[in-house]
Amino acid sequence: MTEIKVPALAESITEVTLSKYLVKEGDYIEMDQPICELETDKASQEIPSPVSGKIKFVASEGDDLKIGAVICQIDESAAKPEATSPQVEAPKAEVKEEPKKETPKKEEPKQEEPTKDTYAKGTPSPAAKKILEEGSLKTAEVKGTGVSGRITKEDAIKAVRDKAQLPQREAFSRNERREKMSRLRKTVAERLVYSKNSTAMLTTFNEMDMTAINKIREKYGDAFKKKNEVSLGIMSFFSKAVCLALEKFPAVNASIEENEIIYHDYCDISIAVSTPKGLVVPVIRNAESLSLAGIEKKVKELAIKGRDGLLTMEEMTGGTFTISNGGVFGSLMSTPIINPPQVAILGMHKTEDRPIVIDKQITIRPMMYLALSYDHRVIDGKESVSFLVAVKDFLENPHKMLLGADPVDLLLEI
Amino acid sequence: MSKYNVVVIGSGPGGYIAAIRCAQLGMKVAIIEKYKVLGGTCTNVGCIPSKALLDSSEHYHNAENSLADHGIGVKGLSIDFKKTVERKNGVVKANNDGIAFLMKKNKIDSYFGIASFVSNNKIAVTDAKGEQTEIEGEKIIIATGSKPTELPFLKTDKKRIITSTEALSLTEVPKHLVIIGGGIIGVELGSVYQRLGSKVTIVEFLDKIVPSMDDEVGKELLRVLRKQGIEFLLSTKVTGATAKGKEVTVTAENKAGEKVALKGDYCLVAVGRVPFTTGLNLAAVGVAKDEKGRITVNEKLETNVPGIYALGDVVRGAMLAHKAEEEGVYLAEILAGQKPHINYNLIPGVAYTWPEAAGVGATEQELKQKGVAYKSGKFPFRALGRARASGDLDGFVKILASKETDEILGVHIIGARAADLIIEGVVAMEYRASAEDISRMSHPHPTYTEAFKEACLIATENRPLNM
Repeated sequence: MTEIKVPALAESITEVTLSKYLVKEGDYIEMDQPICELETDKASQEIPSPVSGKIKFVASEGDDLKIGAVICQIDESAAKPEATSPQVEAPKAEVKEEPKKETPKKEEPKQEEPTKDTYAKGTPSPAAKKILEEGSLKTAEVKGTGVSGRITKEDAIKAVRDKAQLPQREAFSRNERREKMSRLRKTVAERLVYSKNSTAMLTTFNEMDMTAINKIREKYGDAFKKKNEVSLGIMSFFSKAVCLALEKFPAVNASIEENEIIYHDYCDISIAVSTPKGLVVPVIRNAESLSLAGIEKKVKELAIKGRDGLLTMEEMTGGTFTISNGGVFGSLMSTPIINPPQVAILGMHKTEDRPIVIDKQITIRPMMYLALSYDHRVIDGKESVSFLVAVKDFLENPHKMLLGADPVDLLLEI
Repeated sequence: MSKYNVVVIGSGPGGYIAAIRCAQLGMKVAIIEKYKVLGGTCTNVGCIPSKALLDSSEHYHNAENSLADHGIGVKGLSIDFKKTVERKNGVVKANNDGIAFLMKKNKIDSYFGIASFVSNNKIAVTDAKGEQTEIEGEKIIIATGSKPTELPFLKTDKKRIITSTEALSLTEVPKHLVIIGGGIIGVELGSVYQRLGSKVTIVEFLDKIVPSMDDEVGKELLRVLRKQGIEFLLSTKVTGATAKGKEVTVTAENKAGEKVALKGDYCLVAVGRVPFTTGLNLAAVGVAKDEKGRITVNEKLETNVPGIYALGDVVRGAMLAHKAEEEGVYLAEILAGQKPHINYNLIPGVAYTWPEAAGVGATEQELKQKGVAYKSGKFPFRALGRARASGDLDGFVKILASKETDEILGVHIIGARAADLIIEGVVAMEYRASAEDISRMSHPHPTYTEAFKEACLIATENRPLNM
């Protein structure tokens, strides 16, 4: 009998939630088969079985468990039931029917084919296509139940009906719902309150002109994408500008530990990413050493992992500075909250055309407000404001990012 | 003045189907026909009468050539061609009446006369007596079809130098019929008269016949038709034709540049069809046409003039009755605010020769030209029990599938009942079936459809069961 215990997942984690079992009580479990999903402060993680045998549950779904607590027991002495899995039986049956000239090996993958995605997945039948078009639904929004995931007429009718029913709400309803706060939500809540209560946080604002960045993206966007297979977004520019400014103002890149201030010679930029399960903050390590393409690739990779719930603990731990982009949801201005033990966070916002004055002329420019929340215990006002001005300057004059200063200034050594 | 939601000009398969579908969707519809009867080219001088003559001539051909093999003796076999044509006229009339009934059933008003635009939504109909009626439609659908192409250097006289229209109503079986053009119309009508005893010579400018079809199908058809007795002069450019009394002389130049003269009693010009818009007075409303005389339409079949639509042979795309029918339904539903679609890639083409030839999707030459990685599975009917039983051994089913995904990209059939078999290819491709998908579906035994399944097995991984 082997006991499966909650493993030590990361240094900071002391408790997890058993979100769900992936097998049934009494099932025969193969070695390395995932048996349950644990939700931690930062991510959910599947726990594989170290042995083969019959499973007996000890903890229940929804239980909060300390590190080392027993999840379940696996009885290795239990006999493996015969021919339970079709994968075991299939090759046997195949061999008998196989013509001599073909090897069973060649046929095996065919058995699995119906479960795999094929090119035909999501192909609507002619009638289904018309129904979906008229219901303004895309084929990607519909699950096909036909052969190889094809969308049948019935699938289309159901999808359109379901869509029509979505916005319907009971009138004058007084219903309430009560849900257990997920572990992620609880952690987020605790940390935010901790940050507000235990730091001397305040926010400085500035605004920047996006014209130069927009021009670069417009002019070189296609070439960039062709070469790097990733779109040239604005995150790369902001990360780069922040890294360069952090080098000038190391206090902004510091962290507090008890009575000590730790200065970092590297910039690990935490990027706040919204996922279906909530806000997560994966880290771009050594962002200061990455190229723009390298940053964009990393951002894309982390965003996809976040969306699919595949971020590892490691990828979400650490970070010396955070960038949060509320602009993607339309935020005009905000005061972001510091992510301790970090001491500063940059808030990006939406870009919108606004009238501004340049050379005594009112002109229309794509403008964005920038917010820097910082811990006044470590960072002085002068430093924080100068840092934000430096960020703004790099972003408005991207050529300066190449050498970390104005090339002409460098040339003239002024 | 009578007012309608929709006025359809032309009662061919595109026009009358559009009218019916519009009526089904609750619109008040009028249809205008230039001739005295409904049905257009297809019913009167195209698909239907040619099939009637093909069927009659095939019976005669079988009685003369095939029945002996089956142990059936026929003595005193003869053909009463006048009666054959009468029967064909009867078939046509039954179809005309059928369409007239459908118009009444759907409460569609029929107007007989030549339609011409007065304004964007007003049409004047001038009948045979010269009397004019004006009707108004919120939407106008132009479905005036096409007519046989005239060669600039070769005028038809409709008596000895004829088009397909006259070829369907001859009063005698020609002794020697010279056909200009080896397309589908040429080989079909050539088959009719060859079977009835004419000497038939088909002169084709290209080095192949039925160029719209897969090359391999074309080659097989050429081989079989030659075996049946039709003479083909390929890569030969016709330079003129003259009729003198009962004799027609067709002059041509072969590949080597040598002059050829062919003497016959009839010459059929079958070099294609051109859109027909004469009398519509399109200039009055500014409806635009392209360089080939086709009315230009957008993906919703609307012309450059809002409210005026066009479909069928008079617009871009294959000149086929079933393509026009699909557009008729499509357009009616668009007008009703629905969102239908047409898969133009999956409109099958058919030649009603014997063996029949049919194809859908990409031809092998097209895949090669586009550089698509494909695999091909070809199964001959000769290997099927069903084909042996009937004696129809010529031809094959050819499946072209993606080398990467096994998705069927094209189906090409030549053989008995290919015209009906091709629909399996259309259904399969509409659902994006792979060759293996089809090979895993039960096909009844013994039928010609087994060749379809076997060809799919070959395309999948070259494992036919009956070869």
